[in-house]
Amino acid sequence: MADGILVSTVVSTVQAGTPLALAALGELIVERSGVLNLGVEGMMLMGAVAGFITAVATGSPALGLLVAILAGALMSLLFAFITQHLIANQVATGLALTIFGTGLSAFMGKSYTGISLPGIPAWHLPVLSDLPFVGKVLFSYDPLVYVSWLMAVGLYVYLYRSRAGLKLRAVGESPDVAHGLGYPVVRMRYLAILFGGGLAGLGGAYLSVVYTPLWQEGMVAGRGWIALALVVFATWRPGLVLVGAYLFGFLTVFQYQGQSMGLGIPPDFLAMLPYLITIVALVFISMDRTRVLLNTPVSLGKPFHPTT
Amino acid sequence: MRLLLEPRLKRSRLMRVASPLLAGVLTVILGAILFAALGRDPLDSLYQFFISPIDSLYGVSTWLLKVAPLLLISMGLSIGFRAGVWNIGAEGQFTLGAICGGGVALLFQGHGGWWLLPLMTLAGALGGALWAAIPAFLKTRLNTNEILTSLLLVYVAEHLLQYLVHGPWRDPQGYNFPQTVMFDAPATLSPIVQGTMLNIATVASILVVPLAWLLMHRMFFGFQVRVSGLSEPAAAYAGYSRTRMVWITMLLGGALSGLAGLFEVAGTIGKLQPVISPGYGFTAIIVAFLGQLEPIGVLLASLLVGLLYVGGDQVQISLHLPSAVAGVFQGLLLFLVLATDVLIRYRVRVVRTVPAELVDQAVEG
Repeated sequence: MADGILVSTVVSTVQAGTPLALAALGELIVERSGVLNLGVEGMMLMGAVAGFITAVATGSPALGLLVAILAGALMSLLFAFITQHLIANQVATGLALTIFGTGLSAFMGKSYTGISLPGIPAWHLPVLSDLPFVGKVLFSYDPLVYVSWLMAVGLYVYLYRSRAGLKLRAVGESPDVAHGLGYPVVRMRYLAILFGGGLAGLGGAYLSVVYTPLWQEGMVAGRGWIALALVVFATWRPGLVLVGAYLFGFLTVFQYQGQSMGLGIPPDFLAMLPYLITIVALVFISMDRTRVLLNTPVSLGKPFHPTT
Repeated sequence: MRLLLEPRLKRSRLMRVASPLLAGVLTVILGAILFAALGRDPLDSLYQFFISPIDSLYGVSTWLLKVAPLLLISMGLSIGFRAGVWNIGAEGQFTLGAICGGGVALLFQGHGGWWLLPLMTLAGALGGALWAAIPAFLKTRLNTNEILTSLLLVYVAEHLLQYLVHGPWRDPQGYNFPQTVMFDAPATLSPIVQGTMLNIATVASILVVPLAWLLMHRMFFGFQVRVSGLSEPAAAYAGYSRTRMVWITMLLGGALSGLAGLFEVAGTIGKLQPVISPGYGFTAIIVAFLGQLEPIGVLLASLLVGLLYVGGDQVQISLHLPSAVAGVFQGLLLFLVLATDVLIRYRVRVVRTVPAELVDQAVEG
C-alpha cells in the first residue's frame, strides 16, 4: 500500500528529526544571546546517558527525561561559568564541553550497555489520532514530538512578539549597548545557556529513552554538530530549524530504507549522507554573504566583560 | 567582599607558566576526589594512573607511542588556533592519512623496496592535507564556517575507512574480519629498541618542536600568524592575506595529522582496521590549549596528556575502572586550563566593600 509507505516515512522522518530539532532550538536561543556553545554534542551525550540510567533505575521514562534536562543544564552551567565569569574563549570551552561529555558519558554508561528500555508509546489523542491519514501523519507521536512543535512556536513568539525576546536579541547584537541600557547581560546569557543545555539534554535523552531506547557509547554520533549546523542553516529562525531537522531526519530514514531496498549503494556511503548534506546545506546558506551577515547575531562568540 | 577582574595591559608572563601548572595540579586533586568517590584509595589510584604505567622501559615506550601522534597533531593545530583558524577535524585528517598511506602500502604489497616507506609517508601527509583542504576551500571561497565543516568531515572519513576495510580492501583470508592484510616488511616501521614498539617515526616526531619554534618565532610567517590571532583587522590593515593564512595553517595541520595517521598504521598497528585512532585528533585540541599554543608548551602538554592515555589503560587493568576515565581526566584538564587562563589576561582583586561607581564594572557573582 503506497499510502502506508508514505505515512511510515513521514512518521519516522519526524521521529528522527526530533532530537535534532530540540537541540537546535536550544542552541538557537544561546546563539541569539550572542554565545556560541559548541558543546551540544557533549550535552546531548550526557542527557542521553543520564536519562537512560534514570529510566532504567526508576522504571519511569518521564523521570529520565527530566533528569536528562537537568544533566544538560548542569553541563551548560559549567560552560556558562567559564565563558561568562572567567571570560574564556567560547570555541575552546565548547569543545572542552564536548570532549568532557563524551568521556564522562562513556564512563557513566559503561555498565548500562546492552540493556534496552520499552520506550515511550505514542499518545493517543481523542478524535485527532483517529482521523484518516492526517491522524497518522500529524497525531501519532510520542509527547516529545509535540513538545518540539510547541517549543518552535513558543520561541518564535518569544523572539519576535515579546519584550523579553527583544531584550535577548539586543544582548546578542550588542552586549555593550544592552549593558548600557541596564540589561543584565551576563545573567541573561546564563539563562540562555542553561535553556540551551536543558534542551540539548532532552534531545539526547530522546535518542536513548524514546527513539532507540538503549545506551551505546557515543550514540549521539555527530547529531550535536548537525544541530549546530542547523542553526546556521535556519539563519537563526525557529520555524526553519524544524524544517531543517526534518530534512535531516528524512536523510537518516532514507539511509536505512536505502539499505533495505538494496539500491546497490554501500551502506557506509549512505551513512555519510547526513554529514555531507549538512556541509552542502551550510555552503549553500553561507555563500550568500549579505544574508548571513544580516542574520548572524553580531556579538556571536565574542567575549563580553562589562569594564571593557 | 567581591572578586573583581581587571584586564591586564599585557598578558602576564609569569601566569602563562603558572596557570597551566595550576590547572594540572587541580586536575590531579579533582582526580583524587573522583577516585575516592569511586571507592578507591586516592593516593594508590593516582600512583596507578600516573606513575606505574611508566616505571619500566616498556612502559615508557608505550607512553611515547601515544605522545608522538599527539605531538604531531597538536603542533599543527596550535599554529592554526594561534591564527584564529579553527580546524577541529584533525581526527578525520588523521584517518585520511592512514587510508592514503596504507593504500600505498597495499598497492605495492609484495613489490616494495626502500622507497616504499618514504612514498607512504608522502601519501599520508598528502591525504591529511587533502582532507583539510576541503574546509579551507569552503572557508576561503564560499565563506563557510570551518569549525563545522572540518568536524563533520570526521564522520565522513570514518565511514570511508569502514567502507574500505569492510569492502574492497578487506583481507580475503581474514576470516571475514573487517581489516586489511598485514603490511609486509618494506611497508612497516620496525622497532628500533629491542622489546619495545618504538620506531624511528616516533622518535623523529620530536623534530616538529624546533621546526615549529623556528616557524613561529624566527620567521615572518610566524609573526603574521601571531598578529592575525591577536587582531584580524590589524592583520588585514598590514596587508596580510587572510586567505593565504587559512590555507597554509589548514594544510599544515592536515599534513601533520595525516602523517600521524600513517605512522600509526605503518608502525603500531601494521594494517588498516575499522578503528585506528583512540581519539587523538580531539585530544590534540586539549594538548594545544594546555601548551598555551606554544611549541615548547605543546611538547610538555603532549607528554602529560599521553600519560593520561596510558594511565587510563593501566587503571582499567589494575583498578577495574573503565578506561573512559582518561576521557574524564582530559575534559577536566581542558576546563581547568581554560578557567585558569583568566589569570593571564586579568588581575584578580579582592574588594571588601564595593564603591558605587565600581558596581557596574564588577563581574556579577
